[in-house]
Amino acid sequence: MGLSEHDLFLLAVLSPFAAAAVAPFVTRVLGHRAGWLLALVPLGIFALIASHIGEVAHGGNTVVAYDWVPSYGIKLSYYLDGLSSLFAMLVSGIGVFIVIYSGGYLKGHRYLGRFLAFMLLFMGSMLGVVLADNLITLFIYWELTSITSFLLIGFDNNREASRRAALQALLVTGAGGLSLLAAFLLISSTTGITEMSVLNASGDILRDSALYLPIFILVLGGAFTKSAQFPMHFWLPNAMEAPTPVSAYLHSATMVKAGVYLLMRMHPSLGGTELWTTVLPIFGGVTLIAGTLLAVRQTDLKLMLAYTTVASLGLLVMLTGTSIDAAITGAVLYLFAHSLFKGGLFMVAGTIDHEAGTRDITRLGGLGRAMPITFFAAALAGLSMSGLPPFIGFIAKEVLYDGTFGATTDNWAVTATAVAGNALMLVIAAAVALKPFTGEKVETPKHAHEGPASLWLGPLTLSLIGLGTALFAHTTGEYLIGPMAAAISGGTAEVELHLIPAHFGAPVVLSMVTVALGIAVFLMLDTARGIVAGVLRAIGWGPDRGFDQVVRLIIRMAIVITRVIQPGRMQTYMLVVFLFTALALFVPLFAYGEMPEWPEWPALSGSNFYEWAIIAIAVLGVGAVLIASTRLNAIVSLGIQGFAVALIFMLFGAPDLSFTQFMVETLSVVILALVMTRLDLGNHGHRPLPAMIRDGTVAVAVGVGLGLLLLSVTQWPFDARLSEFFTANSRAIAHGRNIVNVIIVDFRGLDTLGEIAVVMTTGLAILALIRIRTRKVEQYDGTKREVRIARTYSGERWGGDVS
Amino acid sequence: MEPVLCVLITVLFSASFYLMLSTHIIRVLLGVALLSNGVNLLIFTAGRLLREVPPIIAEGQMVPTMATANPLPQALILTAIVISFSFFAFLLVLGFRAYQALGTDDVNEMRVAEPEREPEPPMGY
Repeated sequence: MGLSEHDLFLLAVLSPFAAAAVAPFVTRVLGHRAGWLLALVPLGIFALIASHIGEVAHGGNTVVAYDWVPSYGIKLSYYLDGLSSLFAMLVSGIGVFIVIYSGGYLKGHRYLGRFLAFMLLFMGSMLGVVLADNLITLFIYWELTSITSFLLIGFDNNREASRRAALQALLVTGAGGLSLLAAFLLISSTTGITEMSVLNASGDILRDSALYLPIFILVLGGAFTKSAQFPMHFWLPNAMEAPTPVSAYLHSATMVKAGVYLLMRMHPSLGGTELWTTVLPIFGGVTLIAGTLLAVRQTDLKLMLAYTTVASLGLLVMLTGTSIDAAITGAVLYLFAHSLFKGGLFMVAGTIDHEAGTRDITRLGGLGRAMPITFFAAALAGLSMSGLPPFIGFIAKEVLYDGTFGATTDNWAVTATAVAGNALMLVIAAAVALKPFTGEKVETPKHAHEGPASLWLGPLTLSLIGLGTALFAHTTGEYLIGPMAAAISGGTAEVELHLIPAHFGAPVVLSMVTVALGIAVFLMLDTARGIVAGVLRAIGWGPDRGFDQVVRLIIRMAIVITRVIQPGRMQTYMLVVFLFTALALFVPLFAYGEMPEWPEWPALSGSNFYEWAIIAIAVLGVGAVLIASTRLNAIVSLGIQGFAVALIFMLFGAPDLSFTQFMVETLSVVILALVMTRLDLGNHGHRPLPAMIRDGTVAVAVGVGLGLLLLSVTQWPFDARLSEFFTANSRAIAHGRNIVNVIIVDFRGLDTLGEIAVVMTTGLAILALIRIRTRKVEQYDGTKREVRIARTYSGERWGGDVS
Repeated sequence: MEPVLCVLITVLFSASFYLMLSTHIIRVLLGVALLSNGVNLLIFTAGRLLREVPPIIAEGQMVPTMATANPLPQALILTAIVISFSFFAFLLVLGFRAYQALGTDDVNEMRVAEPEREPEPPMGY
């Protein structure tokens, strides 16, 4: 690959994001036909990946890397091997038809452009997930799929169910994403490897690691949430709130397979251990059976399909978990087949909903005559899902039975689970693909007729591909399935596929059992539905309801915490602030031995006795402020204390300060007295004794802390450089003899300008406050209360009219 | 003399914080006024003390002929006094208007913005 080809690859991978940016504008011009134009983007990507398929099939792996955050070893790197190329082709190939289908399905919808943009964003993210080589790149794309999935599920954001489903999917898969990030960080910190391709080529480096168990659990946390494994499966059926193209694309064909992809991707480095072959089949098997049973319970076409998707994901996890090469080949085939038939069937369900006005299976029937093309596509997809020849689903089933119960292995439990699951899958396939179209015509809310080409093109093509790849089984095996299986098992598995079984062995028998069992259940579907519904009612609780309980618990916790830390009482806030200030002052003093030494007190007698007197006056003034019984006394005492401070300034060589302080204190006392005499206040300023002790302790603690801090500062040597500079240059540079004034108006003139601006702003604010008028307004609780309404000079109100 | 001023500053701060922990706006205001004096004296003392020699250069001299008081803290405090006074005036008017509008000077009774029993947030989605 030359450099230009690398760039072309990067361009292709990023092109869906660019297309998403222009999608709304294209839609504004072209309307619903925009889908046909935008579908060219995935088509181009598909063509690019497909052009490398021969190379990949013969063992050539392509790595494209760009430095992103080199200091952390984060690269924007992509990796093309059998696994990622098949996934990328599914994502882009199905994407072509989904984009076209979306245009037809949401024809005339106000936000079609937005919808197409979200779809393309998702497509870009999903391509990134399957192509990423760097762990962090993979994680970012992984989270992007969660976010775009959230946007798409919540597309119809006027409905609460839709919002709930979106949030649920985001929380569940987002939590899984975090778990995955933790796993990746553990991997890179223990091994120093940040590239998936390097990791997979490093043999047992993870399996031998002391952190294998936590890494394993965290990876499963990511994979099981994304791929909806029991008991985290509940978000997937709820995600059916999304418009049908989303369900077909994200929640069956591509995104939900990201978890399976991850397990397959990490199989060479993480798989094959006893833990792996125990945990995965158990979770997968339970999910398979639970999913199919829950599907039988449903009557809504989309929900039935959604639960079989859960079941299929369970089957894939179970097969990947066996770590048997043949079973993995079966999983690959099944994954491929499932994407084709499930994507197609979802689109069929959407078309039925769109044309007939309902998705309820009990209210549908006999549509085959009105919608022949859709029926044809549904029948082909349904047969593939049922695992009947000559479809790819049949081959998948044969191979996976061969893998679990073949010549070399006979895993009874897995095989039995697979047979039961597949039989129930056949039931659902028949119910979805046959029931609405055959039998007697049932009156539907809308008069059903065939949809436009954009609606049937996708299902029909996907179904035909499901047929074609089976008819040319050998080529499919050589170019698609074989390379992918080899990438997963980490070896070079040769895959020979045949449409007609080579010999009459166990898989054929198992297939016949499956079909017979399936047909038997289908014939008594209504009874089966009743039984499952009864059991579920008896249990009464599910993880879905658990999710609600958890969310409510979180909200209640938030309410309680808010009430505790934000009680709306000023003293509480002040107490906390002061307490922590005291801690911040005392802890360093003690912890770092910064306690000041016991000072040498100046002699009480002697020439400076008047200094002692002035300080005593200040202390007395402060004391009088505290204990004053009337407010006027307190104000006067405040003045005494202020004047004493002014005198201190005077004594220690600061006449400017002294004059300013005298003026300010005088003004403060006058204004305070003026305002206070206007207030009709009783003398209830003092608090009860316990509060007095509490507040006093805290206040003294902070005060003493500050005093000690100052004392220790004065015991340090004094750095006089700044003062010396001003003293030396006051006359020489600024031509002033009063050094303090020179600093204020010259050296630090801009600071003084700032000070003046502050004074002016407070002056304006005071003016505004005085001009505000009060008015009676209604409160929340219905009582009348005065609220301030500002008036302009002309007297018009500019506060809101709240009465 | 620094240790003695440290004690005075401790007294000023303690009284100020005690007043600021009150629920009555007037007492909080008195606390703010004391606080500004405490902070000013703190800056003053941290710059070291020297008696009775203001930082002024005698006529005909380029630099002071003898050691003077530190001019830098004085410049800082001069700015601080003015700003804290304007701030004090603003708080005073704010408290006064709050009393006029709400009929109380007790901060715990001023609950228009944060009512005692606020409705719980919705539990839905």
